[in-house]
Amino acid sequence: MTSRYIAEYEKTADLLPGQSLAWLKQLKTDAFNYFSAKGFPSLREEEWRYTNVSAIEKTLFVPSLDQSEPIFDQLLVTENTVEGALTVVLINGHFSKQHSSLKGLDKDISVLSMADAVEQKPELLERYLGKAVNSEEHSFVAFNTAWFSDGIFVHIPAKKVVDQPIQLLHIVTKAECLATTRHLLIADDMAEVNIIETFVGIDDSYLTAAVTEVFVEKNANLTLYKVQSEGDKAYHFGGTYVKQARDSRFNHHNFAFGSLLARTDVHTDLGTASECDFNGLYLGNKRQHIDNHTRINHLKPYAISNELYKGVLNQRAKGVFQGMVYVAEDAQKTDSAMNNRNLLLSNDAEADTKPQLEIYADDVKCAHGVTVGQLEEKSIFYLQTRCIDKETARNMLTFAFANEMVDRVKLKSLRKVVLGQVLKCFPQAGVDQSWL
Amino acid sequence: MLKIENLHASVGDKPILKGLNLEIKAGEVHAIMGPNGAGKSTLSHVLSGKPGYNITEGKVTYKGKDLLEMAPEIRAREGIFLAFQYPVEIPGVSNIYMLKAALNSIRKHNGLDEVDAMDFLTLVKDKIKLLQMDQQFLYRAVNEGFSGGEKKRNEILQAAILEPKMCILDETDSGLDIDALKVVAEGVNSLRSTERSFLMITHYQRLLDYIKPDFVHVLADGQIVKSGGSELALELEEKGYQWVEGQAA
Repeated sequence: MTSRYIAEYEKTADLLPGQSLAWLKQLKTDAFNYFSAKGFPSLREEEWRYTNVSAIEKTLFVPSLDQSEPIFDQLLVTENTVEGALTVVLINGHFSKQHSSLKGLDKDISVLSMADAVEQKPELLERYLGKAVNSEEHSFVAFNTAWFSDGIFVHIPAKKVVDQPIQLLHIVTKAECLATTRHLLIADDMAEVNIIETFVGIDDSYLTAAVTEVFVEKNANLTLYKVQSEGDKAYHFGGTYVKQARDSRFNHHNFAFGSLLARTDVHTDLGTASECDFNGLYLGNKRQHIDNHTRINHLKPYAISNELYKGVLNQRAKGVFQGMVYVAEDAQKTDSAMNNRNLLLSNDAEADTKPQLEIYADDVKCAHGVTVGQLEEKSIFYLQTRCIDKETARNMLTFAFANEMVDRVKLKSLRKVVLGQVLKCFPQAGVDQSWL
Repeated sequence: MLKIENLHASVGDKPILKGLNLEIKAGEVHAIMGPNGAGKSTLSHVLSGKPGYNITEGKVTYKGKDLLEMAPEIRAREGIFLAFQYPVEIPGVSNIYMLKAALNSIRKHNGLDEVDAMDFLTLVKDKIKLLQMDQQFLYRAVNEGFSGGEKKRNEILQAAILEPKMCILDETDSGLDIDALKVVAEGVNSLRSTERSFLMITHYQRLLDYIKPDFVHVLADGQIVKSGGSELALELEEKGYQWVEGQAA
């Protein structure tokens, strides 16, 4: 089945960006060869044992090479644009100049399409692209590296603090479209920035395969939000791979609301005394399958990591969480906490959770915990004694469980968007937004 | 207001209340005292509708209606308020959110429109002063990370806002230092009216120094074994529960 994709690649490879750079062409060729040999991941692989991707081989998703602006419902743009952000729009895997608005962007900051970055920033590209993750990581990374049709290159120079968040809004407007983007986000020494990745699309089958590489240099501070609100029939594969230099800080907020099948990998390599916060919320309805894999590599001493992923699974939805905290021999004084909490709202919902610790240093603090449960009866009763009927109480508590993660979003305008998505997933909550 | 007749309740096969009789009229303050395991908390749970109890005999009439037939939230909307011995922490739901939902449920039950946002805020801020609480409490999650005293004050604050007809205070004094107890007692006293009744459940006489009851009952082994005026509490304090238990036997 993979062979259909291989045949398709032969047809389109020359049209993909980066052909002018020998090293990039090589990188793509190597990645393609790796993918050809390996194929899509199978359930036999430990990292994929709960997530069956065979469905994406049944349809041939093809990249959109049509350069003209597609016609689509503009609500996808307006409803998902975060107020006050500099918004870059990618449609069907391509940067759309028409829909993007970078007005007011500081001239020292680069926000470029991959095609432009190849022309304007080839040295930086060569220094960073493919350095936070390589194709052997898993076949979707190889797939993405070989196929990416565009992406956004963001570079924040040293000491620059960017006040306005930068939003990368991905929109898919065509059925059976393959949207493959590769982003490179670099916060140089002591820089600070908030970046938002939003994924939306039509109510039809399509495939997103997105990889983001992030470099947080010395003492820099980068917050990355991912809001995955793909269409109900979409497949989403996303990987975020981070390298953190010493004293850097990386905050990640991973919201998984949409798609039929979604898998996200978030990895970071922590430098000395660096810090990362991983926050996750996944809401599953119907037959949705949402898989999150995280890996925090404590490679150097004194680093701190905090992780909390929460899932609410309704009807026949399935949530998967696999979290790995790796502590290298050199990473003394590591301080790490990992938690995954799942709330099951129906008898048919399922949560598969697997926190893992691999520790080679002897002076470390590593905590981890997992819960899979239902709403607490005593909380429901308490609310009932406060005049609230049982059904509303249940909805309120469900919403509250999820809202903890929404509350952690510091950008007010984004919080509003995320909250809207949460309420959309659980309309029965009947929660009046104005009260919050 | 509330009439309990020959109430028997059990948990599983174990009988806890064994024929309890009690009548509370509008505006009266009753205190129920008793040793551990007498059934004090069970009584408050049964009256508020907590699941897990079997009512094997007897009836409870509230404002002329069969209380035991009502769902907990209906009892609450009809004016029964339980101040919990151990208030439950509800992460993610702010105090003000829950209070507004509660108040609107009562209003809807009584055929009234939702409360105006500004009026509500004025009301809440007014009451919060009474309980000497910081306004920040309103925006914190219900009871989450509150100290024991704060939780108990929060219960009384809720009562002050919801204006129930029948307040059941379950061991409201437990875990309070003397200053917190005074504040809570003042809050309760300010709620006393000819329209509103109280049932205070307590292990110690101390609370009754600050909230003077009209009647004191001693609950032992699932029954009221002695009733009297407020002086009964003092006598109990002096002689211990064995005194009444001995009398009952």
